[in-house]
Amino acid sequence: MIRHLPAALTGLAVALTMTMAAADNRVVTVGSAWDDSRQRLSIQGSTDIEPFLPVLEAFANRTPGLAIRYEEILTNDLHDRSTQACRDGKALADLLISSAIDLQVQLVNDGCAQPHVSPGTAALPDWANWRDEMFGITFEPAVIVYNRQLVPPGQVPRSRFDLIDALRPADNPFLGRIATYDIERSGLGYLFAFVDAQHATTFGRLIEALARNRVVATCCSADIIDGVAEGRYLLAYNMLGSYALARALVDPRIGVVAPADYTLILSRAAVIPRRAPRPDLAKRFVDFLLSADGRRQLAEASLIVQVGGTESEEHPLLSAGASTLRPIPFSPALLVGLDRQKRRLFLDLWRSSVTHGTD
Amino acid sequence: MARRPASIARRLAVAITLILGAGGLVVTVAAYAYGRQAASEAYDRLLAGAAFEIGRSVSIVGGSVVVDLPVSAFELLALAPDDRVFYRIVDRDGATVTGNEALPPPPSISEDVAFYVADFAGEPVRLAAVRRRFAERAYSGAVDVFVGHTTRARSALAWDITAKALLILAAAGLATVALAAFAVRSSLLPLARIESELLGRDPKDLSPLHVDSPQEIETIVAAINRFMERLSRRVTVMQTLIADATHQLRTPISALRAQAELATAEDDPDRLRGIARRIHQRAVGLGRLADQLLNQALIIHRADIAERERLDLRTVAVRVTEETDHDLPDMGRELGLKLPDDPVMTRGDSLSLVEAAKNLVNNAFRHGAAPVSLAVAILPDGATVELSVTDHGPGIPQDDWPDSGRRFARAAGSSTQGAGLGLAIVNAVAEAHDGSLVFSRTPDGRFKAALHLPAAGGSQ
Repeated sequence: MIRHLPAALTGLAVALTMTMAAADNRVVTVGSAWDDSRQRLSIQGSTDIEPFLPVLEAFANRTPGLAIRYEEILTNDLHDRSTQACRDGKALADLLISSAIDLQVQLVNDGCAQPHVSPGTAALPDWANWRDEMFGITFEPAVIVYNRQLVPPGQVPRSRFDLIDALRPADNPFLGRIATYDIERSGLGYLFAFVDAQHATTFGRLIEALARNRVVATCCSADIIDGVAEGRYLLAYNMLGSYALARALVDPRIGVVAPADYTLILSRAAVIPRRAPRPDLAKRFVDFLLSADGRRQLAEASLIVQVGGTESEEHPLLSAGASTLRPIPFSPALLVGLDRQKRRLFLDLWRSSVTHGTD
Repeated sequence: MARRPASIARRLAVAITLILGAGGLVVTVAAYAYGRQAASEAYDRLLAGAAFEIGRSVSIVGGSVVVDLPVSAFELLALAPDDRVFYRIVDRDGATVTGNEALPPPPSISEDVAFYVADFAGEPVRLAAVRRRFAERAYSGAVDVFVGHTTRARSALAWDITAKALLILAAAGLATVALAAFAVRSSLLPLARIESELLGRDPKDLSPLHVDSPQEIETIVAAINRFMERLSRRVTVMQTLIADATHQLRTPISALRAQAELATAEDDPDRLRGIARRIHQRAVGLGRLADQLLNQALIIHRADIAERERLDLRTVAVRVTEETDHDLPDMGRELGLKLPDDPVMTRGDSLSLVEAAKNLVNNAFRHGAAPVSLAVAILPDGATVELSVTDHGPGIPQDDWPDSGRRFARAAGSSTQGAGLGLAIVNAVAEAHDGSLVFSRTPDGRFKAALHLPAAGGSQ
């Protein structure tokens, strides 16, 4: 593909001139020069630029003349802005990709998406395709992350029951050194906790145990995993597996466990806004993401995680196998967690447990 | 261009297509209506279930309404997997406690569940409304729950039900067509049997058909048989006519030939003149016989085909007397005529009837004994009229009566005057008029030959 080489090189050059946009939003442009291109695909997503960049480039390289602008944006901002744009009869971008699948369900439920049917979308399992308007493009387990150096192999909890048992003794080593998302601030943490609450009766006992051990509820995957690597935390619960595994591949201090009782699976959801300026390009990109090539790219970025198999250097995930996987289905049931009263009640429950525990 | 005759199969095909088409349309509409109703009922139950469940999750805490939205209610709604879901909970003041504030309330709400339809967020939405009443110290009044979803699953189910109904209908339609084709073929089978029976028949065979056939086809067979009977009768009449004519012409022609042979060997002028006179007499007689034969053949032919009209038998009788007088001036014999005062109406061809009556009269003059009388009467039953000829001769022997009309050539063939031929003509005319030739003997010993015909009721 020699004639695509200049385009690829330009793409790379542009990618390297990554800019800081207003506030926290980071923007990257790949493929042809944005201003000159007639084929401009604009994407807003919650996925970090770094792992996602190769995927974007792979698509740009196979489409001559295509320019892709990707803006990294927090899930809540993404939702608020896209909902506002929908209300105004506009579109935020051609494609919205978010890990906050509950918010994406709400966006679709509000009638802000347009359908897309292709062999790729038809091949998706039911839980990863709602109304042909919302497509699951990744496969990321919710995992327990631990410090390999500080937690001996025999003490690594393999399941939530192990974790509860390990936290039971008053003098257990995890006291004050266990972290999880602050679900009031992290949409993903809230989603995982909310789905956990439905999945098992262990949830109450678990948050009680966590609270008793003065769990540190804090923000952001990167910070928590840094803390585990550095030894500030021995263990972190309900971390997004994609980040953890990407780190574990390069950092031998990080160990990752997919809980053996059940492992929640999150699939980032792609939605094409109803008034997207270039739905054709967005649909082609979605089809690419669902194709074998696209899936290989996503797997390399640890966004599609192979669960099962044995733990190894190349695959540092300890898991019980495919039968314990519980994908979070794209369904209106996710709207319940977003209900303002329900959310308040759930957060009250959480807060009371966690704060009482830390008293 | 000759038009092709209509085919029963094609007509039936068109009729069945029309019936199935119209029926299919009706059933389709009915099936879709039923499908919609069934789908609507099924999903309405789902909606109501979700609404009741949400209603049960409402509680009053410190004077305000608290809804602990149950996930199970939404999982129930997710049974319509591709439908968008909306809900709204409203307190006694009409303020939205939680949910979508723009969701329209129902036109009216009762204690029970109320269903309604609204256009919301760009799609038609089916909603259920449930009211729950509280009588707490801190809150007295109702809380209303509205739950709705879009109608994709309903439409899909309705179409699914319709499609299945149509599938069954199509199968039934095909079965009907197949059965109809089979029924038509098997019911037309007797026609094919009649055809092969007729084709396989000897051309001279005019006996009735015996084909196993259903009622409907039986009438056709009967008609064919009636026609064959008439044809057979005519053929028989013609055959016997020809046989009789041949027989009757042979004798006078032989006599003529003998006289002519005599003449060639005769030198004496006086004798020759005598022979010539006899030849002339024979020739005149032969001519008359030929005329009579042709005339009578014509009558037999006419009797079968002529248009029948209402006529008074008395006028027939009068014409018979006139023409008999004209035909037989040299006989010098009297023909008595007895006519009633009232008309004697029948339906027929007057020429044939006159000829038939003349034959009876001539027979009476030739074979019977004077006085001969011709009478017309209505029989006591009122349904039959009679034209009769009586004479004082011996008449036909009673044993021969039944056969006289048919087997004339043998019964009376020996007569050079052709009496049998005359009776055959009378019989043919009688049958052509749905009547009969009846012989009888009067109480005073006279011989009576009568033509009985159906009366044509009423007066003129």
